[in-house]
Amino acid sequence: MLDAMGASSLEDLLRDIPAELRLGRLDLPEGLSEFETLQRIRALAGRNRVYEDRLTFRGAGVYRHFLPASVAAVMSKPQFATAYTPYQPEASQGTLQAIFEYQTAIAELTALDVANASLYDGATALAEAAVMAMSHTGRQRIAVAPYVHPEYLQVLRCYADGRGFDIVELDESMAIGPETAAVAFQQPDLLGSMIEPAGLVEAAHGQGALAIACVDPISLGMITPPGEYDADIAVGDGQQLGLPPSFGGPHLGFIACRTSLTRRLPGRLVGQAWDGKGRRGFVITLTAREQHIRREKATSNICTNHSLCALGAAVYLSYVGPDGLCRVAEAGYRNAHILQSRLTALAGVEAIRSERPFFSEFAVKVPDPVAVLERLDRAGILGGLPLGRWYPDLDRALLFCCTEVNDDDAIDQVVEVMSQS
Amino acid sequence: MTEPLIFEKSHPHLSAPRLPAGSKGQGEPLPEGLRRRRSPRLPRISEPELMRHYSRLAALNYSVSEQFYPLGSCTMKYNPIANEVAAALPGFADLHPYQDEATVQGALALLWELERALAAITGVDRVSLQPAAGAHGEWTALRMIQAFHRERGEQRDTVLVPDSAHGTNPASAALCGLKVAEVRSAPDGRIDLGDLEAKLSPRVAALMLTNPNTLGLFERDIRTAASLVHGVGGKLYYDGANLNALMGICRPGDMGFDAVHVNLHKTFTTPHGGGGPGAGPVGVKADLVPHLPTPTVEREDGAFRLDFDRPASIGRVRTFLGNFGVLVRAYTYILAMGGDGLAQASEDAVLAANYLRKRLEGVLELPHEGPCMHEFVASARGLAAEHGVRAIDVAKGLLEEGYYAPTVYFPLVVPEALMIEPTETESRTTLDAFADAVAAVVGRAGEDPEALRHAPHGLPIDRMDEVSAARRPVLRWLPEGDTH
Repeated sequence: MLDAMGASSLEDLLRDIPAELRLGRLDLPEGLSEFETLQRIRALAGRNRVYEDRLTFRGAGVYRHFLPASVAAVMSKPQFATAYTPYQPEASQGTLQAIFEYQTAIAELTALDVANASLYDGATALAEAAVMAMSHTGRQRIAVAPYVHPEYLQVLRCYADGRGFDIVELDESMAIGPETAAVAFQQPDLLGSMIEPAGLVEAAHGQGALAIACVDPISLGMITPPGEYDADIAVGDGQQLGLPPSFGGPHLGFIACRTSLTRRLPGRLVGQAWDGKGRRGFVITLTAREQHIRREKATSNICTNHSLCALGAAVYLSYVGPDGLCRVAEAGYRNAHILQSRLTALAGVEAIRSERPFFSEFAVKVPDPVAVLERLDRAGILGGLPLGRWYPDLDRALLFCCTEVNDDDAIDQVVEVMSQS
Repeated sequence: MTEPLIFEKSHPHLSAPRLPAGSKGQGEPLPEGLRRRRSPRLPRISEPELMRHYSRLAALNYSVSEQFYPLGSCTMKYNPIANEVAAALPGFADLHPYQDEATVQGALALLWELERALAAITGVDRVSLQPAAGAHGEWTALRMIQAFHRERGEQRDTVLVPDSAHGTNPASAALCGLKVAEVRSAPDGRIDLGDLEAKLSPRVAALMLTNPNTLGLFERDIRTAASLVHGVGGKLYYDGANLNALMGICRPGDMGFDAVHVNLHKTFTTPHGGGGPGAGPVGVKADLVPHLPTPTVEREDGAFRLDFDRPASIGRVRTFLGNFGVLVRAYTYILAMGGDGLAQASEDAVLAANYLRKRLEGVLELPHEGPCMHEFVASARGLAAEHGVRAIDVAKGLLEEGYYAPTVYFPLVVPEALMIEPTETESRTTLDAFADAVAAVVGRAGEDPEALRHAPHGLPIDRMDEVSAARRPVLRWLPEGDTH
């Protein structure tokens, strides 16, 4: 090739790089065959402990669910996995239509008008929603309800510190001040508890603020979606829609809103279009919001999002359908309520916030959380998450989670281990 | 050929598949007022129909698995299958992020090793693997630079960005509440040092730069630019979009960059997924290390742990530990390639780009003098003036020839730009065939420009009416007669 192009050597092509910048040798080990590579990788994977689905009772943002085999099969189709962002619609209808279908499914799930093509995760989706609310209202304060996931709050603070807006944490009274751009709340919250959101949304609107609901997508098969209580923006994490836990990622953030906020949405939007022969197709649209057109005036800096995960979520939602989604939600709800009532009947196990309805997670106080978790672990059970890592006043609390994959036998085992105190 | 929407294929009376039912016991009913009133209108479809739907959709895409994809700045190289095998291992895919550290030592070891490898490749001291994509990495780096200046009580509110930069650079700066000042390109396509000097002030927080730049040219004066910016107390940020040109050849850290982001979904062969997920790790030099996002992975006495106790940290930029599955794929690639293989990959990328550039001499206008690095920018300005055939028409003509299109109209400094990046994983045969295809399209511009202006023909759809689509946006399906 060098000869064909009249170059004397590769060095000749690299001549613009000053000699003092040239690296002698890249300080990494030599390459390996695929066999040796995967041997090393398997050894690393082998040093991790994998808990059985049915014996996992830990959630707090990442959940074990039944993963239909069709989801992974579609996501691994190379025509989806190895395509780029669909800039050329004629050669990208597969991705574009799949995203349009995903947008529709998320809009339906949240009962809002429009959803974007995906964001990175639930926490960055919440931060993007906050930025939308500030541009929309011209105000600089986001009020956050109690027990929003602490990592979501940390991410929101990191965005706020950069762009220069305030985060106010509300107390249980949820009183909202007049300078508020938006009230953000999680339904159910980190402790699994549910609020009656309509009152809070009304209070926000009364102050001219928007209401941002951070929701659990599985729960929406069963419980009131944001659109039904008049929230303006809904966000959340889509891991539960067919994606494996994968140590926390990649999953996806979803965001949906009412039509009046469409042009403030971050990231890509796919819309319907027609060609000259009257054929329906799909294109990336409303790009005048985006960084490659608007640069520093864009609604967000996001470019690459989580398209393939959004595809997976769309496959999942189509696989289970509306009734299946409701059954998945109901099974988690039922399991959690059965486990909670059996655990809190044990001596020394105390319910926390038992006056609140909860969905599929609940917290209990135990005399010695470390000892309890060790005993559960010996039985192969990943027990509730110790909440002391975030809330010093809950240092004896464990947050248990159930989904449809826990069964009676698994619940019996947890109760059995925890009754031996 | 088009495919109905999955919602249009829904059978109203089809029941749900069998799903795990959980406990057989009786639970409590959901309190009144919390139950959803209207069921979401998700499709009801059988698994065979579902799979056929997505197989048909997949067939409507061009992808690296089937087509040459010379999309400039996007590094569309082959994605090794072994990466996918690695990420799907139950020992990774089934891990909960809040498991006890003692039960995830293999995963933490992988993160620790990957951090060291990326630091060695880019020439920095530490790396955060948390950012989820390139733009997220840019923003994370700027947040750290912002924290660094604030800690010193300095009021620096301006970020310098070349006029050839990616749109994410100014957008990331704006998301940090920073102002953007543009630095001009010189006629040779490189940063204009005079203009840079004129824009420097004690208000400058950082200069954002990619090297090679978006024209595929190495910024020869990078060391001078670095000392100018450092001279006024500013920091240098490296946009890693073009790192594929440099592995084992030279390192951003040695050029004077203080913060570097890397796109694992470009340089390190994790699949693009039709627009993500990617990963955008950020490396920094020692004085920015205290500001890294939490947590970091540390090794003590042979065991790995997460460090959350970092008082000067900017905090968290996303949940958990980043896009772990993407990180596994990138680490697998790095292990397989080794230092020698990565260096070879970059050399081959430069070779492929220069070869293709040479093949296109006299076919398209090449506004900047070579050699180029891993990509180059051609212009269809001449075709536009002579035949009214624009860059977009050339792009569509190439789709018709069975190739994905180059990046068009970027960078903004070249009129009618066609940005071409072949990558190292394409053979000479492919490059030759593509060069012939470009020549054929250019030939058609003279013979039948009108046909080219309506290309592509024979794809699933023709050109779309994008203007109407944006004027009256339809962003979701609604059932017949429902206006919502």
